[in-house]
Amino acid sequence: MQRMFRWIAIIAIVLGVALPVIPQIIWSLAHRWLFPSLLPTEWSMSSWEYVFSPSSRVVEGFMNSLEIAVFVCILSILVGLPAARAIALNDFKGKGIIEWLLMVPIIVPGIVSTLGIHQLFIRLHLTNTFIGVSLVHLIPCIPYMVLVMVSVFSNYGTELEDTARTLGAGPIRVFLNVTLPGILPGLMVATMFTFLISWGQYITTVLIGGGTIVTLPVVLFPFITGINYSNAAAISLVFVAPAILVLIFTSRQLGQDSAVMGGFGRL
Amino acid sequence: MTHVMLKGLTRRFDDVIAVNNLNLEVESGELIAFLGPSGCGKTTTLRMITGLLLPSEGDVQFDGKSMVAVPTEKRGAVMVFQKHLLFPTMDVARNVGFGLKMAGISKKEIDRRVSEMLELVHLPGFETRRPHELSGGQQQRIALARALIVRPNVLLLDEPLANLDANLRLEMRELIRTIQREMNITSIFVTHDQEEAVMLADRIALMFDGVLQQFDVPKAFYERPNSAEVAHFFRNDNFLAGTRRGDCVETGLGSLAILPDHVTQPDGKVVVTVRPEDIYLAPTSDENLIHVKVLAQVYMGTYKQVQLDVDGNKWLAHGPADLDIREGDTIPIQLPKTHIWLLPPANGK
Repeated sequence: MQRMFRWIAIIAIVLGVALPVIPQIIWSLAHRWLFPSLLPTEWSMSSWEYVFSPSSRVVEGFMNSLEIAVFVCILSILVGLPAARAIALNDFKGKGIIEWLLMVPIIVPGIVSTLGIHQLFIRLHLTNTFIGVSLVHLIPCIPYMVLVMVSVFSNYGTELEDTARTLGAGPIRVFLNVTLPGILPGLMVATMFTFLISWGQYITTVLIGGGTIVTLPVVLFPFITGINYSNAAAISLVFVAPAILVLIFTSRQLGQDSAVMGGFGRL
Repeated sequence: MTHVMLKGLTRRFDDVIAVNNLNLEVESGELIAFLGPSGCGKTTTLRMITGLLLPSEGDVQFDGKSMVAVPTEKRGAVMVFQKHLLFPTMDVARNVGFGLKMAGISKKEIDRRVSEMLELVHLPGFETRRPHELSGGQQQRIALARALIVRPNVLLLDEPLANLDANLRLEMRELIRTIQREMNITSIFVTHDQEEAVMLADRIALMFDGVLQQFDVPKAFYERPNSAEVAHFFRNDNFLAGTRRGDCVETGLGSLAILPDHVTQPDGKVVVTVRPEDIYLAPTSDENLIHVKVLAQVYMGTYKQVQLDVDGNKWLAHGPADLDIREGDTIPIQLPKTHIWLLPPANGK
């Protein structure tokens, strides 16, 4: 029975993830592919040449997306880790409200909050800046970071840290020697989520970045609505590559009945 | 070797008083048990001694020096918890050597002392094992080694035997006792099991609801309990109301002779108690002879437990296993005056 479910799961993953990528690969290499041909009648590398040429701005967008995503990961660890720890291990007044507020960005569409934030960012001169775009990406990222880490921290408890304290370790050494190694698998998964959410942001980037900050989705979007399927397919593949790498990288964590996934029970 | 003093130690959580005005002195090298039902404040007290929790009022002193302002890592009060014993990301050697590493001892010296300490807890050669490869008992011993290696001022153990099966408990108890004696480390352990406390501790501090009830050698809890509650916790529910007048107590079953120098309750209303194992079901003289009805009897293997009706109170008495009595009989029993203890009168009686 379990074997059967395993196979169903594997087939579903293949159908859902791998299969849609195959036509993309073919499209990206096609020069002429007209109905009713099963495969392109003419092949060419021109789309890939275009992708890596400066005029397409794909490489520029890729680097911008990467820099912003990494920066957002750092910010969301700085904000989310202490918040998650406080929620997981302490009881305090207004905890329920804070927990709810942290989850709100999942409920409220990003475009709504971003429109409001736009006004504020103009006044703070944060529009059209790297920092501004990073900050607005942080909004949808925080809930996932907090969600995952709350469950990691509540599973981890405080006994090990307390033990380390009594053995002569100060707060910083407790964190570096005991807490961090203990929560690292969970933290890695949470960071991957954060990375992917920032990586996929389009509307928020366009609104706050105002065309000055060009990320990969911003580059990609006109192609999806355009007519050059080959170029769109090639850029899509560049866009999806990190996601697939992350999926492979974290699948081990996600597969187990680990504390990492426990947080999603709260949604 | 550290002398520990708790002065008026109080801890409140919101409106709840977890520990109330605790005064206690632990001699250096002594092994003390904090005994009481769960939620009585014993673990809270332990945490205040380590500094993981600050007292609301009162003072914790090591060798006469106040520790309240000293952070946990500088107190040298090492705590061994009941659960989550070992650092899961470190092997046994790094676990045991953790305290020394924090103290800045050289790697070579740490390795030497770790293997020495593993020898002491009967787990030599376990350096490269991972915590998840060890049994519960082995983890417990490694945790103990990790605490002892830093030669703590005070060793604090939270229910050290609770998660072990019967055989391991015995072994671990011996180990704790032997090492504690050998290294002469002032130690306090928390338990809810009175037998464990009696067998292991030099002195027991019995706590109910955050209040210290009695702090004394184990024997005293059997022979000289402070109150009916203390007697009850040590499995003695034999109570009979009376009035003390000099060397005798007037009760509903007549006058009972007592040893005036042995008891501490003054003349007036008292509660008479005799432990089940001290009652003579086969009287040897006429002194303090009372006639009581047998309510029930249970054969316990090595002895017989008899339930008696003593002036409307249910008493238990232990007799020889081959004692020949029947339920419903009225039998004479003797309350030896050397074993009669007087408790303060119960409130409202």
